[in-house]
Amino acid sequence: MTTSSVSKGCFVFKPSAKKKKRSLTAADYFIESLKNSEDGRTRFESSQLLWQQMKSQTEQLQEELNKKLFDNLICFLKKSRTDFQDQKNDWNCRVRSSEIPTAALLLGVNVTDHELTFNSLSDVLKEHVTPYVVLLQAKECTGIKLLLQKLLSQIMGCEADLDLDEEDDHAPINQRKMNCSMASLTGWYQKMSKKASSPKKKRPASSENWHAPPIVLVFKDLESFTSSVLQEFIVISSRYCKELPLVLVFGIATSPMIIHRLLSHSVSSLLCIELFQSLSCTEHLATVVDKLLLSNQFPFKLSGRVLQVLITIFLYHDFSVQNFIKGLQLSIVEHFNSQPLSVLCCDLPEIKHRVKSLSRNQLENIRHLASFMSFVESQTPEAQVKLLTDDGYLKAMAQKFLEDLHAYHESYIPILRCLHNFTCILPKYPLGKQIRELYCACLEKNIWDTEEYSSALNLLRMLAKDELVATLHKCLEVLEPYSGRKLDSTVCRIKEFMTQFKCLEGENLGNLDDEEMSPQKGLQKKTDLYQLQKTLLEMKETRRTKKPTRFESLRLQVVDFLDDLVRHYLTRPEERPLYEVVYFSAAGVLRKHLNAVPRVALHTALNNPSSYLKCLENDGTLSSAAPDICIAYKLHLECGRLINLYDWLEAFATVVNADDDSDLDSLKQVDEMTHARFIRAVSELELLGFVKPTKQKTDHVARLTWGGC
Amino acid sequence: MSYDCERGSKNLQVQFVPDEDVLEHIIDKQEGVKLRNSTAAQRLSNAKSLTKNRNSGHAEDETSEVWKEKDYVEILGTDDGADALREGLATGGGDVYSFQTVKRSHKMAQLASEMARTPGKTVTFSTHESPEEATSPPASSKKQSNNKTPSKGKKPEFISTTPHRLRKRLSAPELRSDSESDYSASDSDEDIADRPATAKTPSKVSQVPSEASQTPGKTPSKRGKKKSNLVEEYFEAHSSSKVLTSDRTLQKLQTPKLDQETLRKLLEQFPSKFADDLKNLTEKHEALFYKWMLQLHLGFNIILFGLGSKRNLMEKFRTTLLQDSLHIVINGFFPGITIKSILNSITEEALGHTGTFRSPLDQMDFIAQRFKEEPSLELYLLIHNLDSHMLRGDKSQQVLGQLASISNIHLLASIDHINAPLMWDQSKQSLYNWLWYETTTYSSYIEETSYENSLLVKRSGALALSSLTHVLRSLTPNARGIFRLLAEYQMANKDNPSYTGLSFQDFYQQCREAFLVNSDLTLRAQLIEFKDHKLIRAKKGPDGVEYFTIALDLGTLTDFLDMEDKEG
Repeated sequence: MTTSSVSKGCFVFKPSAKKKKRSLTAADYFIESLKNSEDGRTRFESSQLLWQQMKSQTEQLQEELNKKLFDNLICFLKKSRTDFQDQKNDWNCRVRSSEIPTAALLLGVNVTDHELTFNSLSDVLKEHVTPYVVLLQAKECTGIKLLLQKLLSQIMGCEADLDLDEEDDHAPINQRKMNCSMASLTGWYQKMSKKASSPKKKRPASSENWHAPPIVLVFKDLESFTSSVLQEFIVISSRYCKELPLVLVFGIATSPMIIHRLLSHSVSSLLCIELFQSLSCTEHLATVVDKLLLSNQFPFKLSGRVLQVLITIFLYHDFSVQNFIKGLQLSIVEHFNSQPLSVLCCDLPEIKHRVKSLSRNQLENIRHLASFMSFVESQTPEAQVKLLTDDGYLKAMAQKFLEDLHAYHESYIPILRCLHNFTCILPKYPLGKQIRELYCACLEKNIWDTEEYSSALNLLRMLAKDELVATLHKCLEVLEPYSGRKLDSTVCRIKEFMTQFKCLEGENLGNLDDEEMSPQKGLQKKTDLYQLQKTLLEMKETRRTKKPTRFESLRLQVVDFLDDLVRHYLTRPEERPLYEVVYFSAAGVLRKHLNAVPRVALHTALNNPSSYLKCLENDGTLSSAAPDICIAYKLHLECGRLINLYDWLEAFATVVNADDDSDLDSLKQVDEMTHARFIRAVSELELLGFVKPTKQKTDHVARLTWGGC
Repeated sequence: MSYDCERGSKNLQVQFVPDEDVLEHIIDKQEGVKLRNSTAAQRLSNAKSLTKNRNSGHAEDETSEVWKEKDYVEILGTDDGADALREGLATGGGDVYSFQTVKRSHKMAQLASEMARTPGKTVTFSTHESPEEATSPPASSKKQSNNKTPSKGKKPEFISTTPHRLRKRLSAPELRSDSESDYSASDSDEDIADRPATAKTPSKVSQVPSEASQTPGKTPSKRGKKKSNLVEEYFEAHSSSKVLTSDRTLQKLQTPKLDQETLRKLLEQFPSKFADDLKNLTEKHEALFYKWMLQLHLGFNIILFGLGSKRNLMEKFRTTLLQDSLHIVINGFFPGITIKSILNSITEEALGHTGTFRSPLDQMDFIAQRFKEEPSLELYLLIHNLDSHMLRGDKSQQVLGQLASISNIHLLASIDHINAPLMWDQSKQSLYNWLWYETTTYSSYIEETSYENSLLVKRSGALALSSLTHVLRSLTPNARGIFRLLAEYQMANKDNPSYTGLSFQDFYQQCREAFLVNSDLTLRAQLIEFKDHKLIRAKKGPDGVEYFTIALDLGTLTDFLDMEDKEG
């Protein structure tokens, strides 16, 4: 069956029923896409396992982060409901009761993440507050009628879910025939609440909720709603707000100002608005990085460049944590797909088993790893031979390397956090404000070689005591849970420093007296001018070369200790043998797939075909041998707003026919073949959006792009 | 993209900002405001020194460009060698999207002759470049002095256009010879003057258009302006409503327009020059098939971009991997495709649902529900040209995005238009969840451009003609006569630009005279039948009388009359 036709554009292909359906799973495709499919299944399974773990972790994080916001919202909803119930009492309440309670939810510009937030919000609300939650999107509600329709169908739909067993007559509500108005909604609501309060219906859980559960209306993207629809809706529903406990929730991506821009004063005065601010996306990202990447829970690691690509996409393109996580998923898949040794990228207990079952081929792969090679070179000749020939020895070594790598990570992260604790209090943040910046820098190069690091240390040497102590305290908190065998000494040292600082406090006073008294005593005596000058100079000298106070020397010690820690623990992962097993470093691949540059690709292909077509290999210039479209493109770059087709064709013919030395006169008349090729090239350029037909002048086309030459 | 409402300009302007400029922004952020000012100044000074001393100007610009690209590569972490190389070769989006500048009409012919002159050879510029680079220091010192004045209200991007163009001209694949320049009229005059001596073949072609179109009186003033301000140049390029192209038309050719059929035949005969390379390219892409499948299964959707038709590639993918699964191929380039037809083919043909929906949204909900209920159900959508005219609308993209976001619908699509990514905002992009794959194939867009809407191709109207004859054959001879009468009348009036159609009264009169009808009622009944078949169109004139025209172009009409004559 062909897929081209002049009468239709969609072609459906169904698998033939008689053929035995053998559906391949993702695992099969994974294995098929490998060059050598060794350990394919294990690799796929471990990648999936890893991804699932990470995913559930991010979901959990998301939940925790939203919790506070949701709690506030629920509080607000409950309060508004109680207001609704005892409206008769207070004058204040009565004024308020004519207003519709409204929560303005500021969600930030990362629109892509909102969907998740709203979904979990509606789940939470349904669980805790009311079954009547309606989510509205601007694109569904282009008119007030549509909006009401959507509202009613969603509400009655969720009600139908609740009483499936009750009455059958209203379960299949026909939306089309339903008279959609607020009046009918009110009627329905009263019926429902009456039914709910009647004793025959038993709702054991949260029965008080059922007296008057509010109807929560969530406008997911307030900015996109047309203001007339919103205004009409608010005016109408304010008439019913006595009978109907309606609560609005506005999802706002920009700023609360938008409410006033969308709604006129008379309308917005019908609302009683309360603002809620969600967690900013950068904080969200920081938590994700903190929990996913800066933890030893997962064996998989990102290299500095990959992390940088992901963070760049986040910061300069979309602010979307969702996309960041998507990037992470892609990195996992890519890593397990491209690195045959990724089979060893697993939890520590598994490693032993997996190393044991390595095949000869895989051992060869190990021998070809760059990090392994450099390790071999540093060994004695005998050891080298043994490493390169003895498989058993190699296996043992590989296991040792991997365990070392694990231990390295075990201490890497706490030390990194300690360093961050110190650098994040420095003015101007020489090593970055966020820990992810520091992490990137440490992964990229030896941090102590950088200028920023030395300037940071210099600043640290001037730190005030209380700050220093506080930071040390924080470091202690970071290190305490990790106090395994390796970091025990570090913890002890820090504790020692702390006690020393504490001791200083006591001695301080006496010390100060000592120092200040002596010079002053000298000055008490009567002296002549010369003597005074001399003593002052002496004092200056002594002050410069003055022995540092105990605090200062202690501070120096702390900074040196920190420096030692950094130099010892924060070495680059590239220096570890077999680091390729756990580090994904193909940043280019990631960027190509996530942050592609289609225009540049097109431009290169047109401008410089030799980069794709090897037979045109000639320093990147274009000759008449290039594809037609490239020639036409190149020629059209020389034109202004309009292009005369005839001139273009003539120029095209000149180029194309340059090879055959036909006589000059034949050029006058373009042969049909050239004409046809030209037509094709131009219509292709039209398809690509470089030119378009115009009626401004006969036989001209308009150019749509500029520059490019 | 950025919303650019800079001082002064009142209307909001959406502007595409290429990666390069974003990068600049990044650098600014990193290095502080100070640097930003200096880069702005630097760029401006480049522009200035360029006009004064072109050589040193672009040399310096080039170094800054090199620095920028290196930084870009570093920031985005492209480290593997091949990729970095590509990055260096490729140019940023700014090249495709810089501002319009004044061009001269004879340029094209000039370039053509030069390309023709060196048919397999190259004109390398590296030799000219090095001394120029050496002269750069004075220019950079100049920049310091210029520092303050220009950085005030002007955006760097605004100014950078010309130097950029120039820089590109010199650095990247270059075709033009050194002596030639855009700016000085005298230079190009010289060029033309010594061309006959150097080049034999193209002289005739190049000289005629260039001299004909050049307006000697204008150039000097233009030159003066350019010196004063590059910004003005931009406005000049935009303001001049006069088109500086020659007035020649395609009528001069022996065959002004080819029709579709001959075009196709001719092109079939034309051999492809790069068969080997193209085969290599496609093989490289085909090796990715299983990976695509894997990624589709993991919840990503795949989009293909790059020059050349991707239809064959996707077709190959379909035939090799999708034979055993439910899939739909959608030709986006098909002019009659609508979002409704796509949704209908999913619900009716793929899901076997008989029933109608009120709106695409309802239909969407149904599809989403159905796929949610049956997790084992899997559907592959292959969309050729997702960016076609019919599908690029906001609503269609929204619906397609929602389809793509359903976890057991897998989407593989291709785009070709340079501005295609602008179709999607953040939320749509996240619905689609794209993984981008560059698949440059260089194969020609045969199918995509075949729907008779391309330029230059004579609209043969074969389709319209055949439908016309089909309808007419089923009519009575009298009815045919009526139609013929109208057609002939229209042909007779083909040169009359104010021809609006045949009025009913005249029509009736003529029909009576030809014994075709006996009352105006019969004529009306006949005309209604024509109208129902969309053969003729009726329009009320200013005097309230109905005028009838045949809704076909002249060529088709002539063909029709010829055929009728032949048939007797």
